[in-house]
Amino acid sequence: MGFTSVISKRLAYALGLIFAVLTINFALIHAAPGDPAMVIAGEMGGADQATLDAIRKTYGLDRPILEQYATYVGRAIQGDLGQSYLYNQPVTTLILQRLPATVLLVLSALLSAIAVGTIVGVWASRRPHSVGSGAVTVMSLVGYSMPTFWTGILLVILFGKIIPIMPIAGMRDVRIYGGWFVTTLDVLHHLVLPAFTLAIVYMAQYSRLARASMLEVLGSDYIRTARAKGLAERLVIWKHALRNALMPVVTIAGLQFGNLVSGAVLVETVFSWPGLGTLAYDSILGRDYPTLLGVLFFSSVLVIVANLLTDLAYRWIDPRLRTR
Amino acid sequence: MSTRAVASSAPAGPAPELVLSPSREAWRVFRKNKAAMLGLVLLVAVILTMALGPTLYPVPPFDIVGRPFTGPFETAALPLGSDYLGRDILAGMVVGGRATVAVGLAAAAITVTIGLMVGALAGYYGGWVDEVLSRFTEIFQVMPSLLFAMVLMTLFEPSLFTAVMAIGMVTWTSTARLARAEFMRLRKLEYVNAARALGASHLRLMVREILPNAAPPLIVSATLIIGVAILFEAGLSFLGLSDPNVMSWGLMIGSNRKYVLDAWWAVTFPGFAIFLTVLAVSLVGDGLNDALNPKLHQR
Repeated sequence: MGFTSVISKRLAYALGLIFAVLTINFALIHAAPGDPAMVIAGEMGGADQATLDAIRKTYGLDRPILEQYATYVGRAIQGDLGQSYLYNQPVTTLILQRLPATVLLVLSALLSAIAVGTIVGVWASRRPHSVGSGAVTVMSLVGYSMPTFWTGILLVILFGKIIPIMPIAGMRDVRIYGGWFVTTLDVLHHLVLPAFTLAIVYMAQYSRLARASMLEVLGSDYIRTARAKGLAERLVIWKHALRNALMPVVTIAGLQFGNLVSGAVLVETVFSWPGLGTLAYDSILGRDYPTLLGVLFFSSVLVIVANLLTDLAYRWIDPRLRTR
Repeated sequence: MSTRAVASSAPAGPAPELVLSPSREAWRVFRKNKAAMLGLVLLVAVILTMALGPTLYPVPPFDIVGRPFTGPFETAALPLGSDYLGRDILAGMVVGGRATVAVGLAAAAITVTIGLMVGALAGYYGGWVDEVLSRFTEIFQVMPSLLFAMVLMTLFEPSLFTAVMAIGMVTWTSTARLARAEFMRLRKLEYVNAARALGASHLRLMVREILPNAAPPLIVSATLIIGVAILFEAGLSFLGLSDPNVMSWGLMIGSNRKYVLDAWWAVTFPGFAIFLTVLAVSLVGDGLNDALNPKLHQR
């Protein structure tokens, strides 16, 4: 099989997955107790008979179930995820408005965690039985075991009350006016605590992963060769070994970036960060099901796309995988 | 069956004195692991608190028993203080672990059951069965787990049962992948072929021959999943998506989160309890990983 046909096969898989997720979404609306029209209307107080009839008509809820399914899938493919009754806007518009905030948060947390986590992990792998290495293992276990929302709240108490130097909610301070420079600084200032909270969890994972992966690589023959030919230890570690040890790190990073909404939901909620996670949470509070299911569908598509890209990037990097 | 024990004791010096059974060998390694033993002690302490705590400290966690926002260690009546409504924090602490840990354990059991069945069938039969089941697993894998659980909790009546189901639904895929890989590897080994040649049925091969050897990594992953499930339950309760009539650590934090700047104790103590429980489970999981993996013993 050639590279092109591998790509087309992968693309077909991805499309299949998107259909499957849409089907689950559709099934969820119909499996939930109660009238689907009520679910779509969001059980808001204002869901009067006229609204319900309008929804039944728009979504074809008076039609046979298969026809409803076709309509639902057809709309979603055209980018129509329905109308939010809470915000009175198309769900797709809402999602696209909130996406940049989440991407900013997750990307800054992820990148700093990968950088710090990898360095710490590599350092710990050099003397796997030393006290320092043990400390890294303990720290990563601690970071992994702390509930994210709790870490966030502790930081809020610490930097919002005890040493009040950080903003603890939102993304912008409405009292601060100024050009793009001032605005950027303001956003970055607001970004510090949520990004740090999220980075703690990621850092715990990456330091463990980098340590384990380095230990594996350092035991291999080509490292012994590199050492035997008298290469400086620094070069052996950071150039020869790290290159291969980074492969699993890259894989996990690709997956986690795709899964960004799940990672960010709790942190965004704690810090009222105006991203997709807060949107999902607010739509739960407001019983705005089209928005909630829209965020679920959209973030699943993000995961599918990220997986596809990681997969293709892998094949591009490693020729041995190209035709498999 | 005992391939692992043999493998781990074979390279020992001249004349191996005693071949321990796999579980005793594992316990021997586990016992020497200080971190793992610390985790075990912590875990026993948490379980004892949950079992005996409410009897020793019989204050109903939802009752308003004192002045709101009483700080910790101020009065003997409210050792850990009270929350914004005047509910006893300590009372919530001793009861709140029950729901969290029960949901965590039950969800992990569901995860392992679904994951093991799907993964074992896919790995054992291979071919189109594997293709179908792997595609099916992938669908659940691409749905962002916490968000999916949130949707399930919102659409269905929030109860402990729903929480168990929702968490089970979003965490089984990793177990399925692990079980699939293990079954795929083991089904090709000679001892399985030998059993097949003796006329063993598929079910017997899977359950009696392959499963015991696939068990160690699955046990480790199940332990870690308990920790994950506890964090999920806590997160869902924090968001106010769990049963509002059952006190849990996550619910305590969630209901007090608007007042964190006025009452740090109302969120700090329950969070610390979640942290300790998950830490204990992770330490035990790590210890089991070392103890059940004979390759690591020689390092």
